[in-house]
Amino acid sequence: MSLAAIRKVAGAVFKESVRDRVPYSLVIFAVILMAASFLMSRLTAGQDLKVIKDLGLATMNAMGLLIAIFIGTGLVAKEVERRSIYAVLAKPVSRASFLVGKYAGLVLTLAVNLGLMTAAFYLMLQYLNWTTDDWIKQGWRAPSHDPRLLVAIALIGVQLMLTTAVALFFSTFSTSPMLSMLFTLAVWVAGHFSGDLRNIQTAIDSPAAAVLAQGLYYLLPNLDALDVKNEVVHGLPIAWNAVGLGVAATMAYIGVLIGSAVLVFNRRDFK
Amino acid sequence: MLAIETEGLSKDYQVGFWRPRPYRALHDLTLAVEQGDVYGFLGPNGAGKSTAIKLLMQLIYPTSGHARILGRPAGDVEVRRRIGFLPENPSFYDYLTAEELLTYFASLFDIPAAERAARVARVLDDVGLGAERRMRLRGYSKGMVQRVGLAQAILNDPDVVFFDEPMSGLDPLGRRDVRQLLLTLRDRGCTVFFSSHILSDAETLCNRVAIIAQGRLAAGGRLTDIVGVDVLGWELVVDASPEAIARVRTRARRVTVLHEQRHALDLPPESPEAVLQILTDAGARVVSLNPVRKTLEDFFVQHVTGAAPRGESR
Repeated sequence: MSLAAIRKVAGAVFKESVRDRVPYSLVIFAVILMAASFLMSRLTAGQDLKVIKDLGLATMNAMGLLIAIFIGTGLVAKEVERRSIYAVLAKPVSRASFLVGKYAGLVLTLAVNLGLMTAAFYLMLQYLNWTTDDWIKQGWRAPSHDPRLLVAIALIGVQLMLTTAVALFFSTFSTSPMLSMLFTLAVWVAGHFSGDLRNIQTAIDSPAAAVLAQGLYYLLPNLDALDVKNEVVHGLPIAWNAVGLGVAATMAYIGVLIGSAVLVFNRRDFK
Repeated sequence: MLAIETEGLSKDYQVGFWRPRPYRALHDLTLAVEQGDVYGFLGPNGAGKSTAIKLLMQLIYPTSGHARILGRPAGDVEVRRRIGFLPENPSFYDYLTAEELLTYFASLFDIPAAERAARVARVLDDVGLGAERRMRLRGYSKGMVQRVGLAQAILNDPDVVFFDEPMSGLDPLGRRDVRQLLLTLRDRGCTVFFSSHILSDAETLCNRVAIIAQGRLAAGGRLTDIVGVDVLGWELVVDASPEAIARVRTRARRVTVLHEQRHALDLPPESPEAVLQILTDAGARVVSLNPVRKTLEDFFVQHVTGAAPRGESR
């Protein structure tokens, strides 16, 4: 695998996304949603900051997820479908470098999109800060520009990295982009409920189902551990140890997914 | 060192959903292409030409056998620095311009940044796309995309090029340009391996050919050995009266009236001087006399129609 080749392929993916209107229309949509949350907050006396933060973070998460799933599942599938992969793989680029470059390019795209949404989010919070009376601000549990918001956003970024890796993994062997999208979405949803799988024996009687749920808990990523939106919005303490462990486990999970995707991709015939 | 060599290269695909069974697309292909050859890989549609080229490019993996390019295993990343490849009906990133696409590919070849712009401009001029270099590929016609495909295949000044149906989608002018490009590559010492089912192109360009049919190598060799120098007959065109033609009618295999007194005579391979003498004595005027030789098409038809059925893999 060559770092230089990965960088070049990633640059091409980023350029494609810059020219593709879909991610940018989603970013604009996200900004509009955040603006709408600002208006909604005006209707909820005393809760305005929480509403803006909550809806803002949720919007970033949802838009990032849409980009990761829609573009991630097409990263390889589109190349195969339009046969542009033939000319690229005949160049001095290993299949592994190509695949990792594709992944890195989409992660870069997501990072830039998340950065743009964060800037818009902070502008709105700044406006709220300017237009709010001091006596109201005294009732806020966390400052409007709480730096912990950046932690929550960074963890959304980590979740999106994992979602992109799942989408890429499915796209290396699935011939149907729709199936890849459904599987990726399923992993994302299940990943947010994996904590419930761990404790399912307390809710059901079947030992077999409990064992199955336990197996799924260890197989699926634990995205719940990376979700600190609630703590940040309500000014509650963050369990840093759990978050650190969650990030480490997610990175390892991403490594396994990319490694598996490379193994599958290396053996694939492009008829 | 051979430019391209394959030994027992075979490829099976699984066909059928419920009971998958192997289907042999390419059977035991053994080739040896010398450096500097212009090698025509000929066969009817579906014969296995593209399968063989994809195996050489390692876009697909062989079921058995192996292939080497410039002495190294096909698929070796370092080999790919020295080869060019034009896929059949190529397709590229249509959100890029031709200039941007080639600049990207030049970066994959590690062509220094300072050289890239000049190199890209040169190859785009070589394929006749200099004026459209800043147009996005989604606005290109099929023939223009084919030219971009040729440009990206020669971008790295390759030692060996693989062209899969290079004339596909091109108009007569485009085909003439491609022929010229192939000859330029040959003169530069580049080995050209191209697949085609257009025999006139192969006859004009190649020094060696292989014919593939039903997934098997049916025949191959030097073009001069295949088309031969033996004369199979003569085609004589004369302006002569019906009486003069009547004197030689028994010596001709066939006589065709072309226009009023103009006749075409199909003569056997024996010396045509006697017929010429009789006709000129009768006041005829010779318009042309041409030898009839075995063509690549004759050779192709002979081997393709005689090829064994492909069948299933064992």
